[in-house]
Amino acid sequence: MFGFGILSGVIFLPFVGVAFLLTQKGDDEASLRNIRWATLATTIATFALSLFVWSGFDTTSAAFQFVEEKNWLGSGLVYKMGVDGFSMPFVLLTTFLMPFAILASWTSVEKRVKEYMIAFLVLETLMVGVFCALDLVLFYLFFEGGLIPMFLIIGIWGGKRRVYASFKFFLYTLVGSLLMLVAILAMYGKAGTTDITVLVHTWLPDAHVEAPTAGSVILAAILLKMGGYGFIRFSLPMFPDASTHFAPFVYALSVIAIVYTSLVALVQEDIKKLIAYSSVAHMGYVTMGLFTLNAQGMQGAIFQMISHGLVAGALFLCVGVIYDRMHTREIAAYGGLVNRMPIYAFVFMLFTMANVGLPGTTGFIGEFLSLAGAFQANSWVALIATSGVIFSAAYALYLYRRVIFGALDKASLMSIADLTPREIAIFAPLVLLTIYYGVQPQPILSATQASVDNLIQTHTALIDAIKLAAAGQ
Amino acid sequence: MVLILIGAWRGERGFGLVDEMAVGILGLALVTIALSSTPDTSVFDGAYIDDGFSRFMKALTLIGAIASILMSVDWLQRNGLEKFEYPVLIILSTLGMLLLISADNLIALYLGLELMSLALYVMAAFARDDGQSSEAGLKYFVLGALSSGMMLYGASLLYGFAGTVSFSGIAAAVSTSAPIGVIFGLVFVLAALAFKMSAAPFHMWTPDVYQGAPTPVTAFFASAAKMAAVAITLRLVFTAFPGVKDQWRQIVVFISIASMLLGSFAAIGQENIKRLMAYSSIGHMGFALIGLAAADEAGVRGVAIYLTIYLIMTLGTFAAILAMRVQGKYVENVADLAGLSRTNGWMAFFLAMLMFSLAGIPPLAGFFAKYYVLLAAVDAGLFGLAVIGVLASAVAAYYYLRVVKVMYFDEPAPAFDRAPMAVRAVLAVSTLALLGFWVYPTPVMDAAAAAAKSLF
Repeated sequence: MFGFGILSGVIFLPFVGVAFLLTQKGDDEASLRNIRWATLATTIATFALSLFVWSGFDTTSAAFQFVEEKNWLGSGLVYKMGVDGFSMPFVLLTTFLMPFAILASWTSVEKRVKEYMIAFLVLETLMVGVFCALDLVLFYLFFEGGLIPMFLIIGIWGGKRRVYASFKFFLYTLVGSLLMLVAILAMYGKAGTTDITVLVHTWLPDAHVEAPTAGSVILAAILLKMGGYGFIRFSLPMFPDASTHFAPFVYALSVIAIVYTSLVALVQEDIKKLIAYSSVAHMGYVTMGLFTLNAQGMQGAIFQMISHGLVAGALFLCVGVIYDRMHTREIAAYGGLVNRMPIYAFVFMLFTMANVGLPGTTGFIGEFLSLAGAFQANSWVALIATSGVIFSAAYALYLYRRVIFGALDKASLMSIADLTPREIAIFAPLVLLTIYYGVQPQPILSATQASVDNLIQTHTALIDAIKLAAAGQ
Repeated sequence: MVLILIGAWRGERGFGLVDEMAVGILGLALVTIALSSTPDTSVFDGAYIDDGFSRFMKALTLIGAIASILMSVDWLQRNGLEKFEYPVLIILSTLGMLLLISADNLIALYLGLELMSLALYVMAAFARDDGQSSEAGLKYFVLGALSSGMMLYGASLLYGFAGTVSFSGIAAAVSTSAPIGVIFGLVFVLAALAFKMSAAPFHMWTPDVYQGAPTPVTAFFASAAKMAAVAITLRLVFTAFPGVKDQWRQIVVFISIASMLLGSFAAIGQENIKRLMAYSSIGHMGFALIGLAAADEAGVRGVAIYLTIYLIMTLGTFAAILAMRVQGKYVENVADLAGLSRTNGWMAFFLAMLMFSLAGIPPLAGFFAKYYVLLAAVDAGLFGLAVIGVLASAVAAYYYLRVVKVMYFDEPAPAFDRAPMAVRAVLAVSTLALLGFWVYPTPVMDAAAAAAKSLF
């Protein structure tokens, strides 16, 4: 209805920016400015185009929309793209956050700016591709292709232990996704026998800590969501039996993730590491919510992913702000910032609260819905998981107290400056969205409603069919 | 057609030919093969067969040979080795390979193998004033003679038990029952072929020879020679031993696993990039053999695609190695690449893409190579092999990444001199082919499918 290939347009638009960047030579001030503005313009244009897709998106339908299909590579590989209620919010989240990631690296990235921007644009293409792909191999292609730019982003522009972190990130993800590939291939022949999804999360804190700020934002906000998205898109519809079967196992893992990582977060000395562990804990809610297999839990999980994308992204930006000024992420190096940086203290407070799940922010809606869904499915799981909320309040507020409050007695902090207008411009939309969707979650919920209902119906029908077949034998 | 080609090459020997002529002749052969659409024909009393499979593999071999000659010109001149014997040796060796690929009985197989190998022995020692090169040549010759011996021993056992040397005759003889002597013979022949394609546990010569031989020669070893060795292995097991599939599958699965593991783990500590590529090639052969272990048409198609992409990756990588020259002196350590992204951004980008492709990261072509052999293996029920394969490739990804890390993350080493046009061209063309493979893969896919079909 919107002509041919608008999704491909969204996906490959960043490449236009890349082509332009390749023509830019030299590293004098003028060309650096060109490079930065061109990248920003590209990401904003991509966001605008995805909004255009959104405006034509029919939220009442569970079917895939804007479907494009082309025969490709032969032997079962097709180029098939489309969005439904599950993927649409993620596409928007990705394209929405990219301009902020670029803005966050406006001045903090000083060396090899051109390569950095190119890597980011390529990454955007691949991420949007992951959410739009309707073919398993295509999905895999985009998913794993994303490793290359991310590896370079962490490795070249990261912190002190960047090389270690980039290798760890790359190799862990590679092992997980290669096993996924074997599973995909196995399914290619006969469907629905095994469910291999590796939940190895130890790479995450390292990758986060060493990545440059914008890299952390993207990791937390989008790459982390791909796992959850993979569950929705593939595990649940394709392995109905296995999903039900493994639900208790996934619950157990989720609860362990929530409680254990919350406790680990409590003792972290490094701000970024603390937030990274908190991300893992939040993903625990997501997997738990998804496998409740009821409407509330699943909607909660999806909402939680979107909300976490905004909030964790914003938190990493917050850390980036003080890191740019002080070049350390040690919690002990800070204290009493509220005296010098009142606006920053306010912004940081808001996102800390959203992370904890304070009512009125997006964090609350996601956690509440997924917990409510879990309560219907298994009250013990919900009970233990709820304790995670308390822990998260503990570590988040503890962090906040140590960084923001207290006496401003460290000499190095005496001259720290508050947010610049550019930084305020970055945070303002994020603050507004966090509160807006916290009070008014309906737009996102209704977008996913039809698809969730559809998934649950099919799932129930399939389970019934399997039971029937088993009874018949 | 083939007779004309052979005649043409023989004729040249007296002329003292130059590189351009050699390239021209090989190019002519390539065009002839690409354009020929004759039905499958068999000449010399069934010793020599010309079918879709042999045409596909010959095209790959010829591409490897042509690129090797093109890349070598500058290297030979700079090292005072611009002797006319070099292209002649390549042409002779290539002729051996073409004969090998088309061999349809044991005698033609042996003839092709020896013609190819004898020229290769000399080429490995071509830089005769260089101790390492002479050592490589000698080592290769001694071990090569051993493998020829095994080949002959195995072939004589096969002849003794089957009563014929032709592949189809052997297939008929072992279709109902397989005497233990035939199995023995098969094991020996396969061992000799595994030696030629440098698959573990017959790989021992590879690192030393790859490192010691002149770089363009190594490129030729790693590209054209492997194509021929894998091709004849495929033909042999599918046309002569379809009846004892279960037996040779065990061997192939073992060789495949051993090669992949060895290629992945042994390469980790290597500092010399040629040595690293030697282990990498062992690992890649192991991966290609996964397709053979699947033992069906999809598997052969997978191997054909794998070899095509592997050929491109190898040529590109060796072009990059040939471009590693600091102040007129060739260097070959991974550390010499340090900070290349700042001193020579394009070369670093190309080499990084080659490394990612060798590691099998999509959307680069290396991923599709792995994808199709894995697909065949999983379809054939070889889950264990497929899982070991992907784990080995994850380990292998580490050392490919290390090269990228050195180029992109480390502080710059002295910049390289400007590489000659031909080397840059090979590097750029092969990298772009890998990057663009997913856009238009149809020609390769179709050709590989046709090649696999003609073998069954």
